[in-house]
Amino acid sequence: MPQTVLLVGTRKGCFVLESDADRRDWKMRGPYCEGWPIYHAVHDPASGALYAAAASEWHGAGVWRSPDLGETWELSSEGLSYDDDNGLKLSKVAGLTAVNGRLLAGAEAAGIFESRDGSETWTLLSTLDGLPGRESWNDPDKQPPGHLGLPAILPHPDEPSRFWAVVQGYGIFETTDDFASWSPRNRGLRADWPLENPEVGYCVHKLVMSPDRDRLYQQNHCGMHRSDDAGQSWTEITEGLPSDFGFAAVAHPHDRDTFYVIPLDPGHGRCMPEGRAAVWRTRDAGSTWQRLDSGLPQHDAHLGVLREGLAIDSLDAPGLYFGTSTGQVFASADEGESWSEIASYLPAIASVEVAVIE
Amino acid sequence: MAELHLPPTLTPLFRELPRRIDVEAATVDEAIERLNERWPGVRDRLCGQGPVLRPHINVYVDRERAGLDTALEERSRVDVIAAISGG
Repeated sequence: MPQTVLLVGTRKGCFVLESDADRRDWKMRGPYCEGWPIYHAVHDPASGALYAAAASEWHGAGVWRSPDLGETWELSSEGLSYDDDNGLKLSKVAGLTAVNGRLLAGAEAAGIFESRDGSETWTLLSTLDGLPGRESWNDPDKQPPGHLGLPAILPHPDEPSRFWAVVQGYGIFETTDDFASWSPRNRGLRADWPLENPEVGYCVHKLVMSPDRDRLYQQNHCGMHRSDDAGQSWTEITEGLPSDFGFAAVAHPHDRDTFYVIPLDPGHGRCMPEGRAAVWRTRDAGSTWQRLDSGLPQHDAHLGVLREGLAIDSLDAPGLYFGTSTGQVFASADEGESWSEIASYLPAIASVEVAVIE
Repeated sequence: MAELHLPPTLTPLFRELPRRIDVEAATVDEAIERLNERWPGVRDRLCGQGPVLRPHINVYVDRERAGLDTALEERSRVDVIAAISGG
Protein backbone atom coordinates (compact mmCIF):
# COMPACT_ATOMS: atom_id res chain seq x y z
CA MET A 1 0.00 0.00 0.00
CA PRO A 2 1.47 3.41 -0.86
CA GLN A 3 2.74 5.63 1.90
CA THR A 4 1.55 9.23 2.01
CA VAL A 5 4.13 11.63 3.37
CA LEU A 6 3.52 15.29 4.23
CA LEU A 7 6.48 17.64 4.50
CA VAL A 8 5.71 20.65 6.65
CA GLY A 9 8.13 23.57 6.61
CA THR A 10 7.77 25.81 9.65
CA ARG A 11 9.34 28.77 11.35
CA LYS A 12 11.11 26.28 13.66
CA GLY A 13 12.18 23.37 11.51
CA CYS A 14 10.75 20.73 9.21
CA PHE A 15 8.16 18.16 10.30
CA VAL A 16 7.14 14.92 8.57
CA LEU A 17 3.64 13.44 8.84
CA GLU A 18 3.02 9.93 7.55
CA SER A 19 -0.06 7.90 6.71
CA ASP A 20 -1.13 5.13 4.37
CA ALA A 21 -3.28 5.57 1.27
CA ASP A 22 -6.41 5.88 3.45
CA ARG A 23 -4.96 9.13 4.82
CA ARG A 24 -7.02 8.92 8.03
CA ASP A 25 -4.40 8.30 10.73
CA TRP A 26 -1.21 10.35 10.77
CA LYS A 27 2.01 10.06 12.72
CA MET A 28 4.29 13.05 13.08
CA ARG A 29 8.08 13.21 13.32
CA GLY A 30 10.32 16.22 13.87
CA PRO A 31 11.33 18.94 14.23
CA TYR A 32 14.22 18.46 11.85
CA CYS A 33 16.86 20.77 10.39
CA GLU A 34 18.00 22.01 13.81
CA GLY A 35 14.96 24.23 14.10
CA TRP A 36 16.00 26.45 11.18
CA PRO A 37 13.20 28.39 9.47
CA ILE A 38 12.11 26.26 6.51
CA TYR A 39 10.49 28.05 3.59
CA HIS A 40 9.83 25.09 1.31
CA ALA A 41 10.40 21.36 1.78
CA VAL A 42 10.02 18.99 -1.18
CA HIS A 43 10.37 15.31 -2.12
CA ASP A 44 12.35 14.29 -5.18
CA PRO A 45 10.52 11.26 -6.60
CA ALA A 46 13.54 10.24 -8.69
CA SER A 47 16.05 9.95 -5.86
CA GLY A 48 13.70 9.63 -2.91
CA ALA A 49 15.53 12.45 -1.13
CA LEU A 50 13.89 15.25 0.82
CA TYR A 51 15.13 18.81 0.45
CA ALA A 52 14.33 21.81 2.64
CA ALA A 53 15.07 25.43 1.74
CA ALA A 54 16.18 27.28 4.82
CA ALA A 55 17.55 30.54 6.09
CA SER A 56 18.85 31.02 9.61
CA GLU A 57 18.98 34.52 11.12
CA TRP A 58 22.46 33.68 12.38
CA HIS A 59 23.97 31.28 9.88
CA GLY A 60 22.58 32.28 6.50
CA ALA A 61 20.77 30.42 3.74
CA GLY A 62 21.16 26.81 2.68
CA VAL A 63 19.41 23.65 1.61
CA TRP A 64 18.99 20.67 3.91
CA ARG A 65 18.98 17.18 2.38
CA SER A 66 17.69 13.95 3.83
CA PRO A 67 18.28 10.66 1.94
CA ASP A 68 16.07 8.64 4.34
CA LEU A 69 12.70 10.44 4.57
CA GLY A 70 13.84 12.71 7.34
CA GLU A 71 15.76 10.42 9.67
CA THR A 72 19.06 12.19 8.96
CA TRP A 73 19.77 15.60 7.43
CA GLU A 74 22.77 17.48 6.12
CA LEU A 75 23.05 21.15 5.23
CA SER A 76 24.88 22.62 2.27
CA SER A 77 25.24 26.01 0.67
CA GLU A 78 28.41 25.63 -1.40
CA GLY A 79 27.93 27.88 -4.42
CA LEU A 80 24.67 29.34 -3.14
CA SER A 81 25.77 32.95 -3.32
CA TYR A 82 26.09 35.76 -5.81
CA ASP A 83 29.42 37.16 -7.00
CA ASP A 84 30.30 40.37 -5.23
CA ASP A 85 30.56 42.18 -8.56
CA ASN A 86 26.91 41.75 -9.55
CA GLY A 87 25.69 43.61 -6.48
CA LEU A 88 23.15 41.01 -5.36
CA LYS A 89 22.96 39.47 -1.89
CA LEU A 90 21.44 36.07 -1.29
CA SER A 91 19.31 36.33 1.85
CA LYS A 92 17.22 33.20 1.51
CA VAL A 93 16.31 30.23 -0.63
CA ALA A 94 12.60 30.68 -1.16
CA GLY A 95 11.48 27.73 -3.30
CA LEU A 96 12.73 24.36 -4.53
CA THR A 97 11.89 22.32 -7.62
CA ALA A 98 13.20 18.78 -8.15
CA VAL A 99 12.99 17.74 -11.80
CA ASN A 100 14.90 15.53 -14.24
CA GLY A 101 17.78 14.88 -11.85
CA ARG A 102 18.19 18.56 -11.10
CA LEU A 103 17.36 20.51 -7.99
CA LEU A 104 16.46 24.12 -8.75
CA ALA A 105 16.40 26.83 -6.11
CA GLY A 106 14.66 30.17 -6.41
CA ALA A 107 16.46 32.76 -4.35
CA GLU A 108 16.09 36.17 -2.78
CA ALA A 109 17.47 38.44 -4.29
CA ALA A 110 15.86 37.05 -7.43
CA GLY A 111 17.90 34.33 -9.11
CA ILE A 112 17.87 30.64 -9.96
CA PHE A 113 20.49 28.17 -8.80
CA GLU A 114 20.92 24.54 -9.83
CA SER A 115 22.40 21.49 -8.14
CA ARG A 116 23.09 18.29 -10.03
CA ASP A 117 24.64 16.43 -7.09
CA GLY A 118 21.80 16.30 -4.60
CA SER A 119 22.31 19.81 -3.19
CA GLU A 120 25.99 19.33 -2.25
CA THR A 121 27.10 22.08 -4.66
CA TRP A 122 25.23 24.80 -6.50
CA THR A 123 25.68 26.84 -9.67
CA LEU A 124 23.96 30.12 -10.54
CA LEU A 125 21.83 29.67 -13.68
CA SER A 126 20.15 33.03 -14.15
CA THR A 127 19.41 36.40 -12.59
CA LEU A 128 17.03 37.24 -15.45
CA ASP A 129 19.29 39.96 -16.77
CA GLY A 130 17.93 42.34 -19.36
CA LEU A 131 14.25 41.77 -18.65
CA PRO A 132 11.90 44.71 -18.14
CA GLY A 133 11.78 45.41 -14.41
CA ARG A 134 15.07 43.62 -13.68
CA GLU A 135 16.81 46.73 -12.36
CA SER A 136 13.79 47.84 -10.30
CA TRP A 137 13.26 44.53 -8.51
CA ASN A 138 16.86 44.60 -7.32
CA ASP A 139 16.81 48.31 -6.37
CA PRO A 140 17.24 48.53 -2.57
CA ASP A 141 15.08 51.66 -2.50
CA LYS A 142 12.14 49.82 -4.08
CA GLN A 143 11.96 46.85 -1.71
CA PRO A 144 8.79 46.20 0.28
CA PRO A 145 9.05 44.83 3.84
CA GLY A 146 11.32 41.84 3.38
CA HIS A 147 12.80 41.69 -0.09
CA LEU A 148 11.63 40.72 -3.54
CA GLY A 149 12.75 37.30 -4.61
CA LEU A 150 12.06 34.46 -6.97
CA PRO A 151 9.95 32.03 -4.97
CA ALA A 152 8.78 29.58 -7.64
CA ILE A 153 10.04 27.70 -10.68
CA LEU A 154 7.42 25.66 -12.53
CA PRO A 155 8.81 23.03 -14.92
CA HIS A 156 7.05 21.80 -18.04
CA PRO A 157 6.65 18.05 -17.48
CA ASP A 158 7.37 17.09 -21.10
CA GLU A 159 9.81 19.77 -22.24
CA PRO A 160 12.96 19.65 -20.10
CA SER A 161 14.25 23.08 -21.19
CA ARG A 162 10.98 24.92 -20.53
CA PHE A 163 10.18 26.62 -17.21
CA TRP A 164 8.13 29.47 -15.80
CA ALA A 165 9.56 31.56 -12.96
CA VAL A 166 7.72 33.95 -10.65
CA VAL A 167 9.43 37.16 -9.58
CA GLN A 168 7.60 38.72 -6.64
CA GLY A 169 5.83 41.92 -7.56
CA TYR A 170 6.81 41.70 -11.23
CA GLY A 171 5.18 38.62 -12.68
CA ILE A 172 5.81 35.44 -14.62
CA PHE A 173 8.68 34.88 -17.02
CA GLU A 174 9.06 31.88 -19.34
CA THR A 175 12.21 30.27 -20.66
CA THR A 176 12.21 27.62 -23.39
CA ASP A 177 15.99 27.36 -23.69
CA ASP A 178 16.97 26.19 -20.22
CA PHE A 179 17.29 29.59 -18.54
CA ALA A 180 19.30 31.27 -21.32
CA SER A 181 16.55 33.73 -22.33
CA TRP A 182 13.20 34.80 -20.91
CA SER A 183 9.90 36.37 -21.96
CA PRO A 184 7.29 38.05 -19.74
CA ARG A 185 3.99 36.12 -19.60
CA ASN A 186 1.63 38.57 -17.93
CA ARG A 187 -0.76 39.66 -20.67
CA GLY A 188 -4.30 40.09 -19.38
CA LEU A 189 -3.41 40.26 -15.70
CA ARG A 190 -4.78 43.02 -13.50
CA ALA A 191 -2.73 45.40 -11.36
CA ASP A 192 -4.41 47.83 -8.98
CA TRP A 193 -1.53 50.26 -9.26
CA PRO A 194 0.09 52.28 -12.06
CA LEU A 195 2.53 50.40 -14.27
CA GLU A 196 5.58 51.92 -15.92
CA ASN A 197 5.69 49.02 -18.37
CA PRO A 198 2.53 46.99 -19.07
CA GLU A 199 4.59 43.82 -19.53
CA VAL A 200 5.60 43.65 -15.86
CA GLY A 201 4.49 44.80 -12.41
CA TYR A 202 2.01 42.04 -11.53
CA CYS A 203 2.04 40.39 -8.15
CA VAL A 204 1.80 36.65 -8.81
CA HIS A 205 1.44 34.70 -5.59
CA LYS A 206 1.12 31.13 -6.88
CA LEU A 207 1.31 29.52 -10.33
CA VAL A 208 0.15 25.95 -11.00
CA MET A 209 -0.41 23.75 -14.04
CA SER A 210 -3.40 21.60 -14.90
CA PRO A 211 -2.79 17.98 -15.97
CA ASP A 212 -3.19 18.78 -19.66
CA ARG A 213 -0.13 21.10 -19.59
CA ASP A 214 -1.62 24.01 -21.58
CA ARG A 215 -3.79 25.35 -18.82
CA LEU A 216 -2.23 27.37 -16.03
CA TYR A 217 -3.93 28.88 -13.02
CA GLN A 218 -2.65 31.60 -10.75
CA GLN A 219 -3.59 33.25 -7.49
CA ASN A 220 -2.55 36.84 -7.91
CA HIS A 221 -2.52 39.72 -5.43
CA CYS A 222 -5.29 41.03 -7.70
CA GLY A 223 -7.57 38.11 -8.39
CA MET A 224 -7.66 34.55 -9.67
CA HIS A 225 -6.64 34.02 -13.28
CA ARG A 226 -6.59 31.23 -15.85
CA SER A 227 -4.55 30.79 -18.99
CA ASP A 228 -5.56 28.30 -21.68
CA ASP A 229 -2.45 28.92 -23.79
CA ALA A 230 0.36 28.15 -21.35
CA GLY A 231 0.64 31.67 -20.03
CA GLN A 232 0.52 33.61 -23.31
CA SER A 233 -2.65 35.34 -22.10
CA TRP A 234 -4.70 35.40 -18.91
CA THR A 235 -8.41 35.66 -18.07
CA GLU A 236 -9.64 36.69 -14.64
CA ILE A 237 -11.88 34.12 -12.87
CA THR A 238 -12.35 35.81 -9.49
CA GLU A 239 -16.15 36.21 -9.67
CA GLY A 240 -17.86 34.02 -7.08
CA LEU A 241 -14.99 34.05 -4.59
CA PRO A 242 -15.23 36.01 -1.30
CA SER A 243 -11.97 37.86 -1.95
CA ASP A 244 -9.67 38.49 -4.86
CA PHE A 245 -6.68 37.98 -2.58
CA GLY A 246 -4.90 34.87 -1.35
CA PHE A 247 -1.63 33.04 -1.63
CA ALA A 248 -2.12 29.30 -2.01
CA ALA A 249 -3.52 27.34 -4.95
CA VAL A 250 -3.42 23.81 -6.33
CA ALA A 251 -4.65 22.18 -9.53
CA HIS A 252 -6.42 18.83 -9.52
CA PRO A 253 -3.99 16.19 -10.80
CA HIS A 254 -6.54 14.40 -13.02
CA ASP A 255 -9.12 17.03 -14.03
CA ARG A 256 -8.10 20.10 -16.01
CA ASP A 257 -11.16 22.06 -14.91
CA THR A 258 -10.75 21.58 -11.15
CA PHE A 259 -8.67 23.92 -9.08
CA TYR A 260 -8.54 24.97 -5.40
CA VAL A 261 -7.71 28.25 -3.67
CA ILE A 262 -7.84 29.71 -0.16
CA PRO A 263 -9.15 33.29 -0.34
CA LEU A 264 -7.89 35.66 2.37
CA ASP A 265 -8.71 39.18 3.47
CA PRO A 266 -6.43 41.47 1.47
CA GLY A 267 -5.56 43.95 4.24
CA HIS A 268 -2.97 43.60 6.93
CA GLY A 269 -4.67 40.58 8.46
CA ARG A 270 -4.48 38.30 5.45
CA CYS A 271 -6.58 35.67 7.21
CA MET A 272 -9.60 33.69 6.04
CA PRO A 273 -12.61 36.05 5.91
CA GLU A 274 -14.87 36.45 8.98
CA GLY A 275 -12.87 33.97 11.04
CA ARG A 276 -14.43 31.08 9.13
CA ALA A 277 -12.04 28.62 7.52
CA ALA A 278 -12.69 27.42 3.99
CA VAL A 279 -11.07 26.14 0.85
CA TRP A 280 -12.76 27.07 -2.42
CA ARG A 281 -13.01 24.83 -5.48
CA THR A 282 -14.00 25.28 -9.07
CA ARG A 283 -14.93 22.29 -11.25
CA ASP A 284 -15.55 24.33 -14.37
CA ALA A 285 -12.27 26.20 -14.76
CA GLY A 286 -13.41 29.18 -12.73
CA SER A 287 -16.97 29.79 -14.00
CA THR A 288 -18.41 28.84 -10.59
CA TRP A 289 -16.89 28.25 -7.15
CA GLN A 290 -17.89 26.06 -4.19
CA ARG A 291 -17.05 26.76 -0.56
CA LEU A 292 -15.61 23.66 1.16
CA ASP A 293 -15.69 23.97 4.94
CA SER A 294 -17.02 20.69 6.39
CA GLY A 295 -14.85 19.91 9.39
CA LEU A 296 -13.03 23.24 9.31
CA PRO A 297 -13.46 25.73 12.20
CA GLN A 298 -16.26 28.23 11.56
CA HIS A 299 -15.89 30.56 14.55
CA ASP A 300 -12.95 32.75 15.57
CA ALA A 301 -10.60 30.95 13.20
CA HIS A 302 -8.24 33.66 11.99
CA LEU A 303 -6.07 31.42 9.84
CA GLY A 304 -3.55 32.47 7.22
CA VAL A 305 -2.10 30.16 4.57
CA LEU A 306 0.99 31.12 2.58
CA ARG A 307 1.89 30.48 -1.08
CA GLU A 308 3.30 26.99 -0.48
CA GLY A 309 0.84 26.16 2.28
CA LEU A 310 -1.66 24.10 0.23
CA ALA A 311 -0.90 20.74 -1.39
CA ILE A 312 -2.76 18.02 -3.27
CA ASP A 313 -1.69 14.42 -3.69
CA SER A 314 -1.77 12.28 -6.85
CA LEU A 315 -4.05 9.45 -5.72
CA ASP A 316 -7.21 8.61 -7.70
CA ALA A 317 -9.34 10.54 -5.20
CA PRO A 318 -6.81 13.24 -4.40
CA GLY A 319 -6.23 14.34 -0.83
CA LEU A 320 -5.73 17.99 0.05
CA TYR A 321 -3.65 19.45 2.86
CA PHE A 322 -3.05 22.94 4.16
CA GLY A 323 -0.93 24.38 6.92
CA THR A 324 -1.62 27.65 8.70
CA SER A 325 0.28 30.58 10.09
CA THR A 326 -0.90 29.43 13.51
CA GLY A 327 0.51 25.91 13.21
CA GLN A 328 -2.44 23.71 12.31
CA VAL A 329 -2.45 21.18 9.47
CA PHE A 330 -5.83 20.25 7.99
CA ALA A 331 -6.33 17.29 5.66
CA SER A 332 -9.05 16.01 3.36
CA ALA A 333 -9.06 12.53 1.87
CA ASP A 334 -12.08 13.19 -0.36
CA GLU A 335 -11.08 16.02 -2.67
CA GLY A 336 -11.95 18.70 -0.12
CA GLU A 337 -15.50 17.57 0.75
CA SER A 338 -14.58 17.01 4.42
CA TRP A 339 -11.62 17.98 6.54
CA SER A 340 -9.90 17.01 9.77
CA GLU A 341 -7.15 18.63 11.81
CA ILE A 342 -4.10 16.35 11.78
CA ALA A 343 -1.62 18.63 13.60
CA SER A 344 -2.52 21.38 16.02
CA TYR A 345 0.46 22.97 17.70
CA LEU A 346 3.26 23.38 15.18
CA PRO A 347 5.23 26.58 14.70
CA ALA A 348 3.98 28.94 11.99
CA ILE A 349 3.80 26.99 8.74
CA ALA A 350 5.35 28.24 5.50
CA SER A 351 4.96 25.19 3.30
CA VAL A 352 3.15 21.88 2.92
CA GLU A 353 4.06 19.37 0.23
CA VAL A 354 2.82 15.81 -0.19
CA ALA A 355 4.45 12.73 -1.68
CA VAL A 356 2.86 9.36 -2.43
CA ILE A 357 5.59 6.76 -2.13
CA GLU A 358 5.01 3.24 -3.45
CA MET B 1 47.38 28.28 19.65
CA ALA B 2 44.27 30.42 19.92
CA GLU B 3 41.39 28.99 21.90
CA LEU B 4 38.09 29.17 19.99
CA HIS B 5 34.69 28.98 21.65
CA LEU B 6 31.86 28.29 19.20
CA PRO B 7 28.11 28.93 19.55
CA PRO B 8 25.67 26.08 20.24
CA THR B 9 23.76 26.95 17.05
CA LEU B 10 26.83 26.07 14.95
CA THR B 11 28.20 22.83 16.32
CA PRO B 12 25.19 20.56 15.54
CA LEU B 13 25.60 21.41 11.84
CA PHE B 14 28.96 19.63 11.55
CA ARG B 15 29.87 16.14 12.66
CA GLU B 16 32.10 16.20 15.76
CA LEU B 17 32.68 19.94 15.67
CA PRO B 18 33.34 20.77 19.35
CA ARG B 19 32.23 23.87 21.24
CA ARG B 20 35.87 24.57 22.20
CA ILE B 21 38.86 23.99 19.91
CA ASP B 22 42.48 25.18 19.64
CA VAL B 23 43.71 26.46 16.25
CA GLU B 24 46.98 27.86 14.91
CA ALA B 25 46.08 31.15 13.23
CA ALA B 26 47.32 34.73 12.96
CA THR B 27 43.90 36.34 12.46
CA VAL B 28 40.21 35.61 13.05
CA ASP B 29 39.85 35.00 9.32
CA GLU B 30 42.61 32.40 9.39
CA ALA B 31 41.08 30.71 12.40
CA ILE B 32 37.79 30.35 10.53
CA GLU B 33 39.69 29.02 7.52
CA ARG B 34 41.37 26.36 9.70
CA LEU B 35 37.94 25.23 10.85
CA ASN B 36 36.63 25.30 7.29
CA GLU B 37 39.44 23.04 6.09
CA ARG B 38 38.42 20.38 8.56
CA TRP B 39 34.66 20.99 8.49
CA PRO B 40 33.82 22.32 5.01
CA GLY B 41 31.00 24.83 5.14
CA VAL B 42 31.84 26.41 8.49
CA ARG B 43 32.91 29.61 6.73
CA ASP B 44 29.52 29.94 5.02
CA ARG B 45 27.78 29.69 8.38
CA LEU B 46 29.86 32.46 9.94
CA CYS B 47 30.62 34.75 6.98
CA GLY B 48 28.56 36.23 4.20
CA GLN B 49 29.53 37.66 0.84
CA GLY B 50 32.57 39.87 0.99
CA PRO B 51 33.57 38.03 3.06
CA VAL B 52 32.28 39.73 6.16
CA LEU B 53 31.01 38.29 9.42
CA ARG B 54 27.29 37.61 9.18
CA PRO B 55 25.15 40.36 10.74
CA HIS B 56 24.18 38.35 13.82
CA ILE B 57 27.56 36.66 14.37
CA ASN B 58 29.82 38.56 16.75
CA VAL B 59 33.45 37.70 17.47
CA TYR B 60 35.41 38.78 20.53
CA VAL B 61 39.18 38.36 20.91
CA ASP B 62 40.27 38.46 24.51
CA ARG B 63 36.87 40.01 25.29
CA GLU B 64 37.27 42.86 22.77
CA ARG B 65 34.92 43.10 19.78
CA ALA B 66 36.80 41.83 16.71
CA GLY B 67 36.55 41.53 12.94
CA LEU B 68 37.91 39.08 10.41
CA ASP B 69 41.25 40.89 10.24
CA THR B 70 41.80 41.11 14.00
CA ALA B 71 45.18 39.64 14.94
CA LEU B 72 45.42 36.70 17.31
CA GLU B 73 48.12 36.19 19.93
CA GLU B 74 49.56 32.83 20.84
CA ARG B 75 47.12 32.38 23.73
CA SER B 76 44.20 34.47 22.51
CA ARG B 77 40.71 33.45 23.50
CA VAL B 78 38.25 33.84 20.61
CA ASP B 79 34.54 33.81 21.43
CA VAL B 80 32.19 33.40 18.48
CA ILE B 81 28.73 34.49 19.60
CA ALA B 82 25.40 34.07 17.86
CA ALA B 83 23.72 37.34 18.79
CA ILE B 84 20.73 37.34 21.09
CA SER B 85 18.08 37.78 18.40
CA GLY B 86 15.02 36.05 17.05
CA GLY B 87 12.16 34.62 19.08
